[in-house]
Amino acid sequence: MIPELGNFSLILAFCLASLMVVIPMAGAITNNQLWMSLCRPLSSGIWVFMILSFACLAYAFLKDDFSVNYVARNSNSLLPERYKFAAVWGGHEGSLLLWVLILSSWSYAVSLFSRDLPQDILARVLSVMGIILVGFLLFMLLTSNPFERTLLNPPIDGTDLNPLLQDFGLIVHPPFLYMGYVGFSVAFAFAIAALLSGRLDAAWARWTRPWTNAAWAFLSIGIALGSWWAYYELGWGGWWFWDPVENVSFMPWLVGTALIHSLAVTEKRGVFKSWTVLLAIAAFSLSLLGAFIVRSGVLTSVHSFAVDPARGMVLLTIMLVVIGSSLLLYAIRAPVVKGSASYTLTSREVLLLINNIILVVSTAAVLLGTLYPLIHEAIYGEANRVSIGPPYFNTIFVPLMALLAFALGIGTFSRWKKTSVAYLKQQLSKVLIASLAFGIVIPVVVTSEFNISAIVAVVLALWIVFSIAKDIFNKTSNKESFFKGLKALSLSYYGMQFAHFGMAVTILGVCLTSHYSVERDVRLAPGDSEIIGNYEFIFEGVSLQQGANYQADRAVIRVLQNGNEYITLEPEKRLYYATRATQTEAGIDVGLFRDLFTALGDERGDGSWVVRIHYKPFVLWIWLGAIIMAFGGVLAITDKRYRSKKPVKETQSESGLSVNTATKTNLSAEA
Amino acid sequence: MAAPRKQRMAIVGFIVAGSAIAIGLVLFALNEGINFFYTPTEVAQGAVPDGQNFRIGGMVKTGSLRTGELEGTLVEFLATDCAQDIPVSFTGVLPDLFREGQGVVADGYIDSNGIFQASQILAKHDENYMSAESVAAMEASGASCDP
Repeated sequence: MIPELGNFSLILAFCLASLMVVIPMAGAITNNQLWMSLCRPLSSGIWVFMILSFACLAYAFLKDDFSVNYVARNSNSLLPERYKFAAVWGGHEGSLLLWVLILSSWSYAVSLFSRDLPQDILARVLSVMGIILVGFLLFMLLTSNPFERTLLNPPIDGTDLNPLLQDFGLIVHPPFLYMGYVGFSVAFAFAIAALLSGRLDAAWARWTRPWTNAAWAFLSIGIALGSWWAYYELGWGGWWFWDPVENVSFMPWLVGTALIHSLAVTEKRGVFKSWTVLLAIAAFSLSLLGAFIVRSGVLTSVHSFAVDPARGMVLLTIMLVVIGSSLLLYAIRAPVVKGSASYTLTSREVLLLINNIILVVSTAAVLLGTLYPLIHEAIYGEANRVSIGPPYFNTIFVPLMALLAFALGIGTFSRWKKTSVAYLKQQLSKVLIASLAFGIVIPVVVTSEFNISAIVAVVLALWIVFSIAKDIFNKTSNKESFFKGLKALSLSYYGMQFAHFGMAVTILGVCLTSHYSVERDVRLAPGDSEIIGNYEFIFEGVSLQQGANYQADRAVIRVLQNGNEYITLEPEKRLYYATRATQTEAGIDVGLFRDLFTALGDERGDGSWVVRIHYKPFVLWIWLGAIIMAFGGVLAITDKRYRSKKPVKETQSESGLSVNTATKTNLSAEA
Repeated sequence: MAAPRKQRMAIVGFIVAGSAIAIGLVLFALNEGINFFYTPTEVAQGAVPDGQNFRIGGMVKTGSLRTGELEGTLVEFLATDCAQDIPVSFTGVLPDLFREGQGVVADGYIDSNGIFQASQILAKHDENYMSAESVAAMEASGASCDP
């Protein structure tokens, strides 16, 4: 009964979404207040039914209702409760349900927090989100219904959740990632609404910015969680593999980052308008591409969902329709929204343009590397397969990011319209000298070796940090006291500086881990030990342990620090009963400046095992940086200018007439 | 009048410079990062240029795996597509799903003794999964067997 209720909710959500596509849009076109005003109740209705539907599936999981096929395939009566709940999004159908639930939540959020939005814009935005909802709900109902049941002779027990997913990571990683992916649909909907209405001004950018920041912050956390999960769960000691699915989550992030910067220019200076719109379309299109690649199985990846060509075709169709029609609309309407303002070569506008070019070029390179195996196969035939390895991505990405970090420092001091070169020189020379001095001295003194790539990384990170510090100092120096000065700075300014600081932290984490990690894969018999730096790892042997739904070979590795007892790490190799699958659990000692990573490999006879022992300096900083970046994004959203009801006051009034006049005036002004 | 034109020229300049750098990098990097895929039969026929890094895909031949009796973390096995067997040597940790009779993809090169020196063994995270490369290798050989 409950699964049927879930299914009905899903169908009702679909019906309401169809109405949300048609009625508010028709209202916006014919200027019918009543029709436009329906978008709010419709979006809340969809949200309520999606929540209900999701709750029904969760209930089926928690109650072990194995007559529901999806539950039978992704759960087991022995599975711990928390994983039963997380298993709701552990497979294709359920994760799609989460995807749509989050999409409906975003559209509900837009309808909630849009009091100062003109009604026709809101109607168009929600109607565009309705189109995406309809597409995905239809896809789910027709090809991937999570509520399908076997009523005659249902299985007694489920086949269990993939062991790799039985982890805290599954509980948090997908929701954050999807919040990010799907969140870009808001910026996309705003862009389409702007193209439709022809209204693309500073106010538009101001409405779009907090939503973009929010999606971007979620995506940052989601990607970081995925990377952290891979680090401790896959047992390889790596944190990024340039796997196709990692790449498809990273591309929307890169374009989203470009979009955030481009929106800043559009809001403050009224230029780059059509470019901003294009980025908004691209960010969401890349999210759709991600959904397609993950779920169609066209590329080999560790994240393979059950592959079904029919699903792939439907997703491809949705993707092509959305991207195709929005680009067509863009081609027709973009000339209308052209902006004009002058700026010089050393202005903040140009530096942000450089930021955008670097990010877009990086995205294009990642996209090419990800799709290249498909392109190659299409050209040379199926027998000629190739794969693109990490060397490709690193060769392209590292120099581009170095360039980006360098430009970031200059950008911090640049001003809108025009920055005098003398001023930039004066500001940057000190920063440059300080970052060069510290950046060369610190790594050499600490490690007593001269590693040029590590030095470049430290110099660039310090370049960013010193630029931020100097800029904050500049901005507070004319106030009575330093703290008064700090107080006077806006939250969005802090948001920017935090995000940039997070980037410096991540750069340090990535580069220092890559250059200074010590990785040993050794064969150890009980009593053997391995020494890395100050640490001695003593392998005490392996014993059999019982878990809730698995048994594990658990190793005991005693770690001595400078000869003193420090910690005992217990990496495991688990065998899950239901699936007979083995799974590695790493034993890690987490530290701010270094991780000690151990993982159990395979048994090699007479009680000896292959053991991975890694010493990973600064690896935590990779994810710490992402958290700081996301925090910056959140700070920027809380800036009060997004909540105040200024310039758009008249358009917010009750009378539809004034809304329309405002729009029309604007359109003619733009044209 | 000059200002907007100068501005536009600057933007075009940036874009051209950016794309030029990007294209250069991509071409260089593709050279570095591309891995061609060959089946055991193709390797046996000498289709692989000497010293080139590539990927081999097939099955781990049953009964061919040697681990414990070898030094340290050395592993040896035969990669087969049922028509041809290629000896593979690897030092390190085997993935969880590495088993005899199962699909395998390895990264590496052929040394002067005709042994494939693998720098990486790939296994996917699904017990029923067989990589597209392994499937292709089995299909290409046309032979069928119980490896």
